[in-house]
Amino acid sequence: MKQLLLSAMLLSIAWTGHAKVNVVATLPDLGAMARDIGGDKVNVTVLGKPAEDPHYIQPKPSLLVALNKADLLIENGLDLEVGWLPSLLEQARNRRIRPGAPGRLVASDGISVLDVPEGPLTRAQGDVHPGGNPHYLWDPIRGKTVAQSIADALKRVAPADAAAFDAGLARLLGRIDEAHAAAEKRLAPFRGAKVVTYHKSLTYLAERYELVVVGTIEPKPGIPPSPAHLAQLTEEMKTSGVKVVLQEPWHEERTSQLVAKRSGANVAVLPAQSGDNPAAPDYPSLIQLVAETIAAAMP
Amino acid sequence: MKRYVSLVVLVATLFAVKSVRAEDPVAALKQQLQSLQQQMQQLQQKVAEMEAAKAAAAAGVTTPQAATRKAWSPTDPIPLVKAGPAYMNVSLVANAAFGWSTEPDVEQLQGAHHDPNQRGFSLTGAELVLDGAVDPYFKGLAAIALVLEPGGETVVELEEAYLQTTSLPWNLQARLGQFYAEFGRQNPQHPHAWAFVDQAVILKRLFGPDGLRNPGARLSWLAPTPFYTELLLGVFNSDGGTAASFRGGEGHAHGGEEEEHHGSEIHGGEPVARSLRGPQDLLFVPRLTSAFNITDNQSIVLGASAAFGPNDSGANSDTQIYGLDAYWKWQPENAQRGFPFVALQGEVLWRHFEAAEREHDEEEILPAETLRDWGFYAQALWGFRPGWIAGLRGEFATGNDRSYASDLRTDRTRISPNLTFLPTEFSKIRLQYNYDHREQIGDDHSVWLQFEFALGAHAAHKY
Repeated sequence: MKQLLLSAMLLSIAWTGHAKVNVVATLPDLGAMARDIGGDKVNVTVLGKPAEDPHYIQPKPSLLVALNKADLLIENGLDLEVGWLPSLLEQARNRRIRPGAPGRLVASDGISVLDVPEGPLTRAQGDVHPGGNPHYLWDPIRGKTVAQSIADALKRVAPADAAAFDAGLARLLGRIDEAHAAAEKRLAPFRGAKVVTYHKSLTYLAERYELVVVGTIEPKPGIPPSPAHLAQLTEEMKTSGVKVVLQEPWHEERTSQLVAKRSGANVAVLPAQSGDNPAAPDYPSLIQLVAETIAAAMP
Repeated sequence: MKRYVSLVVLVATLFAVKSVRAEDPVAALKQQLQSLQQQMQQLQQKVAEMEAAKAAAAAGVTTPQAATRKAWSPTDPIPLVKAGPAYMNVSLVANAAFGWSTEPDVEQLQGAHHDPNQRGFSLTGAELVLDGAVDPYFKGLAAIALVLEPGGETVVELEEAYLQTTSLPWNLQARLGQFYAEFGRQNPQHPHAWAFVDQAVILKRLFGPDGLRNPGARLSWLAPTPFYTELLLGVFNSDGGTAASFRGGEGHAHGGEEEEHHGSEIHGGEPVARSLRGPQDLLFVPRLTSAFNITDNQSIVLGASAAFGPNDSGANSDTQIYGLDAYWKWQPENAQRGFPFVALQGEVLWRHFEAAEREHDEEEILPAETLRDWGFYAQALWGFRPGWIAGLRGEFATGNDRSYASDLRTDRTRISPNLTFLPTEFSKIRLQYNYDHREQIGDDHSVWLQFEFALGAHAAHKY
């Protein structure tokens, strides 16, 4: 028994002695960026699947095994993962990714955050994130800040490969710039257009491309819609001339379709994260596809 | 006149001080209280200062720019869940039930301490959970449950209070304090995590009305396998009502006067007071658990547990309990708020109770014998639309024929369909029907409506 335990321990030490950096990212976009920056120097595991709502990722034991072996953990932050990541981390027993350790990156650090709640917090207002709106990856300019942070973190955990990471970062930033320019051009005709979103998650996207969000299908973040709220929303959409309802794939589409039909608008289900749509396997291509999806839904 | 008054006051104060000094413990307490008050005032002042600074910043700066990242130090708060910067997460989960049963003695029928305990309304528990990082090396958790007994008396239980390591090497993790033994799936769960209104019959029979928990220590090792494998060993004291199959003493955790002279509910004899003679008299709870992803949307968790310890039927008698558990869940990738899903869960437990020769009811001598009990529960949950879960649970428990027969050892079957509605993650409404069949007693029907709410920052549950 003792020998078995000892050999198992030795095995575990041997396994952690990888040449590649084991990167674990909570979200597909963060994972895709790490892959683009790290290239063949990194092994990237993504905890959430592309069509999975990042608020409600299942804390499967397989995820804690990945966290246990991570050299670097990239999380979105702003409490987006609060419902499932803390319990996994507690069981993962990995000192390299402790809060404040070099192997822990909270991608929201350094981001200018929108929708920061003011005054006392109450859950009567729905699922309000106390640190502000965590869905900042919809904005490619903020995405560039995240890419920079990821490159810095990679250099921190694997200084020997710094040159490769710098090159990867430069390539990725260039591609994001291109994608953003293309998206801006594609959405230019719709500047100032009024839209309705399902969840209060598209604030950053709307701000960047100058779309005006006049309402949400959910009356309050995370609270399912009621008939009274939908009736009011439909009226508002008619009076303010909303032509598009935007939503992520993990929300039910029926309500959006109903509201859109009543008010004469279209529904656009956005590819929410890298890899959700085969045409957008990474972050820059996602930005472009999102712009394309919105433009196509505009009348 | 004024002078005279102040003199009197001075003298009186001197006397007061003297008398306080004479009673040192009181003075010490007063001093502690004062220093606590001072600390509170300091903290309040700090909060006020911080708020003022925040308001000033908000007024002066137009573009919100997040502060650059600063290095973490042990004195920084670690927000584990939705709590903002605080040293501790505080949450309260309260549970109430309303219903009716054809059995007038609901406590006899249900039995577990967080089950509905009377016809009409029962408050089955209000649980205060405090948790947080103690320092860079430990996390701490305390769960204090308040239960209203049928008589209206409030009972306080320290369900859990433990320290857990966060920084041990070699994938190890240790826990020390009072906590639920990690036997099977449901025993370590707090009542609000249960999918049904009540505790499973076999768990109540083998672990008592409050589950298997005691002061102890536990070491766990996460095996470096490509799939999840964890090996745990818990060591506990084996006495008290929360170790019912062991040196349980009187069957009830709260020292109920009611069953004073009927002997143990498990073996019928007068409980033998056994002291802890050595490590062999402790309670050992090993567990091995593994999990596999069958497909991207399906996973399964399997476990095997055991509990070994001395029992109170004689000076040298032991109990062994074995359990197997399985959990399977399907949930599609594009689930909304975690719905739809299908989850199947089951546990089967066996008990091997070596009862010594013992005296029953001060007249009859029961022979030395082995009491064997076993039982299982199997449950299916179907989250058919966001917030709605339909559940069905089937249970059976039985014991072998021996000289001592009790309600806790006869055949029992229970079928429980239920429907749960979760308006948000923080509130719950559940309707459950129980069909009960007890050997020699017959059929009983119960309907329970359960309400639950959670306040504060409640930590996420395990898968």
